Amino acid sequence: MSFPFTRAAAVLSLSLIGCSVFARDLTVVAFGGAMQEAFEKAYFVPFAQQTHTRIIQDSYAGGLAKQKAMVDSRNPTWDVVQMDENEMELACDQGLLEEVAQTRLSHAGEVNPTAFATCGVGAFVWSEVLTYDTKKFGEDGPKSWADFWNVKKWPGKRGLRKQARMTLEIALMADGVEPKEVYKVLATQAGEERAFKKLDEIKPYIQWWETGAQPLEWLAAGNLAMTAAYNGRIAIANKEGHHFPLIWNQQLYSMDYWTIIKGTPNLEASYTLLDFMLSADAQKAFAHAIPYGIANQKALSELDPENLKNLPTAPDNIKTGLLLDTPFWLNNEEHLMTRFTNWAAQ
Amino acid sequence: MDASESLAVAHHRSSRRKRMVSVLLLLPLVSYTAVFFLLPIGMMLYRAVSNPELIDAFPRTVQALNHRSFDRDADLPEETVFKALEQDFIKATSLGVIGDAARRLNYENSGYRSLIMTTARYYRKRTQTILQAGSARERLEAVDNRWTTPVLWRDFQRASPAYTPYYLLAALDLKQTPEGIERVPAHQRVNLDLTLRTLKIASIVSLSCLILGFPLAALMVKASRTIQIVLLLAVMLPFWTSLLARTSAWIVVLQEKGLLNTLLMRLGVIDQPIALIFNSIGVYIVMVHILLPFTVLPLYNVMKGIPSHYMRASESMGGHPIRGFFYVYLPLTLTGIGSGTLLTFIVAAGYYVTPTLVGSAREQMLGYYIAFYTNTTVNWGMASALGIVLIAGVLMVYLLAARLVGIRQIAGLR
Repeated sequence: MSFPFTRAAAVLSLSLIGCSVFARDLTVVAFGGAMQEAFEKAYFVPFAQQTHTRIIQDSYAGGLAKQKAMVDSRNPTWDVVQMDENEMELACDQGLLEEVAQTRLSHAGEVNPTAFATCGVGAFVWSEVLTYDTKKFGEDGPKSWADFWNVKKWPGKRGLRKQARMTLEIALMADGVEPKEVYKVLATQAGEERAFKKLDEIKPYIQWWETGAQPLEWLAAGNLAMTAAYNGRIAIANKEGHHFPLIWNQQLYSMDYWTIIKGTPNLEASYTLLDFMLSADAQKAFAHAIPYGIANQKALSELDPENLKNLPTAPDNIKTGLLLDTPFWLNNEEHLMTRFTNWAAQ
Repeated sequence: MDASESLAVAHHRSSRRKRMVSVLLLLPLVSYTAVFFLLPIGMMLYRAVSNPELIDAFPRTVQALNHRSFDRDADLPEETVFKALEQDFIKATSLGVIGDAARRLNYENSGYRSLIMTTARYYRKRTQTILQAGSARERLEAVDNRWTTPVLWRDFQRASPAYTPYYLLAALDLKQTPEGIERVPAHQRVNLDLTLRTLKIASIVSLSCLILGFPLAALMVKASRTIQIVLLLAVMLPFWTSLLARTSAWIVVLQEKGLLNTLLMRLGVIDQPIALIFNSIGVYIVMVHILLPFTVLPLYNVMKGIPSHYMRASESMGGHPIRGFFYVYLPLTLTGIGSGTLLTFIVAAGYYVTPTLVGSAREQMLGYYIAFYTNTTVNWGMASALGIVLIAGVLMVYLLAARLVGIRQIAGLR
């Protein structure tokens, strides 16, 4: 056998041993796109510089399959993961996540207490709002979900996210249900019927989207007259020269969380990163990069008014908003999603 | 006699050695197939019927419930069952096991998830000592009064066996009830429509590919060498670019202010942009484009082998070219038609990315829902059951084609 081959084999086997002996780099996973760029700028790069930790970034489109597979096989390849509230609760109940100990986070005191869950720390508050192209309707566009249904005054296709969650709430608000009554109504059989009946009215006008970037691409391309979209995405599009107003009235908001995968070898480093991301300076930088609501109260009070008024959590914006009810959806997602899917496919 | 016998033995021996060699040569393939093909399919079949969640989380309760039935309205389990349930909650190895069981029980009826999780959190903070005094039933009722409703226990028992037909039935829009197997309520019936839709889209795509691909393949055989190469490249080019890039390129071409609509409006053919994408037209256009090589290449291969003098012979005997085509040329290409169309059909039936990107909610196929159950709701039993439905559907079409054309023909073996 020739020398190069033996040497290559030796190197290979050494590196294989190396993999199992030395811990891998801290791996942080988020939803990608403009939001991840903001994370990178505000959190990951400064953190890596200050603590001399190497960070590997990955992105995913949500879901629990990967986390479940890596925890089940006892080989977690992710450490810190962004999750929406629904999926965080599901993952937590299924034992896929570490429980987060507030005592290990030095900035916990500055953070809004509602941002702490058993298995996660609030990353930011996002919001789904109504928006439209001012080139089509000028400033006299739709102002509420009821207007969203008015295809006579504002003709054209409407964009909605293809899922039961948020869509059914929007339908009920369009039908005149007060935001604080929405889940009370939706929990009843009659309320469920009412939501679907309302959706029937504009069904031919709906164009369903699945990723946060789609509705704004379509709005810009003229495929849509108006759409529901995530506020951060709209803000980024407006920075790029579009003029899509954010209709905060009847916004739907919820929190995304940072979680730690169960059994990670990088638990210590994960906590250090979590703590860094909760600090006031880092959160201010994040809110500057993309206008999502932040959890650090100190950072919030130090934010300039111009910046503050673009956040979903600004007092004026949140007044008529609807907080997504995670326990409701955890109980009802399966059957409402089935019904919704069936309805949408007909 | 002796000589011929020993000759036979020697022949037998040498042929046995040859067989051994060929078996050894096949061994890598066989083991590869077993590990990466049969095993996953076997696991999928198993996943579709396995139902370990409640047994894992509540072994004592399931044991105590054995052979009981809750048919009458007033029926409730006795205290031992409630005691066992408390034990199970307190001794649960982790919240994860309970969470899996909660998810499973929630399939029986929306709302059981929160019942299980609230109860689990209640007992997590407590120890064995509280079990000594008082009634377990009353404690559980105080946490959530659903624990003392017979319907819950009926559902609990139905969800507890180690193996269940639940997922396979649900994949066919059926469910188990005390009265037997029934169809699910009308607004929950999704999966049969979905399967039919998947097979319909795959059929239309493979037929369109045949109609477009047949003349193209024939032209490729007849054309001069240069044109042949150009055509072959044109067919193969989409084959070599990434699926996502091709699909996105189609969106640019077909959308409302896309290339095609702009061109047609400039030419004055249309006044209003026509909807070419995010509907069934879009799905068919894009899928046919992507799958065309799967039809054209087998056809081209077969047509290349048909000697051109056959048609001339038919003509010299007075057969009209059309008659010649149907009686001479077409039968000779049947192998290519069979294998090309079937290959296209099978690939199309498993499509997922393209309908997601260019279709509306009406064009989503089985693959979309398999991904949905796998990733979003982590209902792997349901994902497996739908996978089985997909395999069964494709297999049925395959067998039908095999009966009509013959398996050897489809495989191109003739």
